Amino acid sequence: MPSLKQYRVRIASVKSTRKITSAMKMVAASKLKKAQEQAEASQPYASAMAGMMARVASGVVIGPNSPKLLIGTGSDQTHLLVVVTSDRGLCGGFNGNLVRRVRQEVRKLQGEGKDVKLLCVGRKGRDVLKREFGSQIVHSFTGLAGRTDLSFAEADEVSQWILEQFDAGSFDVCTLVYNEFVSVLTQKPMFQQLIPFKSSEGNASNDNRHLDQAAEPVNVTGPYSFEPEEDRILGALLPRNLGIQIYRSLLDSGAGEQAARMTAMDNATRNAGDMINKLSIQYNRARQAFITKELIEIISGAEAV
Amino acid sequence: MAEATQATFNFELVSPERRLISEPAKMVVIPGEEGDFGVLPGHSALVATIRPGVVEVHSIESGEVRRIFIAGGFADVTPQSCTILAEEAINVLDLNAEALEKALGNLKEDLALSKDDIERARVTKKINLIQAKVAALSGKIAA
Repeated sequence: MPSLKQYRVRIASVKSTRKITSAMKMVAASKLKKAQEQAEASQPYASAMAGMMARVASGVVIGPNSPKLLIGTGSDQTHLLVVVTSDRGLCGGFNGNLVRRVRQEVRKLQGEGKDVKLLCVGRKGRDVLKREFGSQIVHSFTGLAGRTDLSFAEADEVSQWILEQFDAGSFDVCTLVYNEFVSVLTQKPMFQQLIPFKSSEGNASNDNRHLDQAAEPVNVTGPYSFEPEEDRILGALLPRNLGIQIYRSLLDSGAGEQAARMTAMDNATRNAGDMINKLSIQYNRARQAFITKELIEIISGAEAV
Repeated sequence: MAEATQATFNFELVSPERRLISEPAKMVVIPGEEGDFGVLPGHSALVATIRPGVVEVHSIESGEVRRIFIAGGFADVTPQSCTILAEEAINVLDLNAEALEKALGNLKEDLALSKDDIERARVTKKINLIQAKVAALSGKIAA
């Protein structure tokens, strides 16, 4: 049986752990609020963009000269998965769940004989995936995920890189994988195809399309005119749309990360509290036993005299 | 058409980070890629790309004109509304001529130092942006 002192030390250590986890919970809660506000603030642009995309895309006749971002390269041999995870840990199963889904997807694609490349945004996902798919990770970005002051320009660096690689012909299909912020308690791993661009009707079976919900109904009398022509507008819109999708996913994932951390730290704080209670009971019992033992020793000593 | 008789329409300026302006306006002048165009209430539906330049917003109160510099983007016009998706937006009054000159000088040095075409193209793009800002500022003084 541990001595009384050992109990005291143990209780003190769990107490300080509880202090840390509850502080982390508070911090995550305030960051979550900021992250949610930021995600909300980016909403008008995203929905206006989605509406415009839908309108322009509906007016464009798809031909062999259409932008490659829309129609694809005509092959689907090489897939690029953009994996958005957090830079920091201690957020429960947030990264683990996503990585598990990515692993399944990579295995599935490889089973179909496809080549898979990975682009990691966020340190945690990269570290885990490196063990298994080290040779497939073509690039990674860190310092973007989970920031509450992320600017669009920074997120756009990721999409610039993707566009450069696409123009260089290093992949055919690009899919974005990120944790969608459903609620504070739930974050859902999402697969969203970025290249070739999927229009809302072609994607009806896929429920992760933000376009459907975001496109506002417009009542317009008369047809739309375009300046310059549809093709050129589309050529300018598509890369920008890619950027905004990445930005959105980073904000969503950032909010999800803080929510996951908050939940995880809340659990940890509660567990530490339970542990302190249990240890205190054990400590009190041990102390009582010790006192009883001393009393018995004194009494039996007195009786012997 | 009922819309055409309206005196104002809803003008929105949004950047990826947030909604910057949402207010009724009498007229908005937009620097389109193929030339400037003005938007009045009841304008026919139009989607256009915007080059870096100054957007003039004629708001209803006291006929005040606001000039906002935009680093390119898209305009979505319907008879009832006008939405501008801007990559970067800054009030012309907030532009600082000295800082711009300095940035321009630095970028020109960068251009001389840049090694490959990609880097050169990137720097040139930035220079064009700054020059557009300078032009916007001088346009304000001239006006």
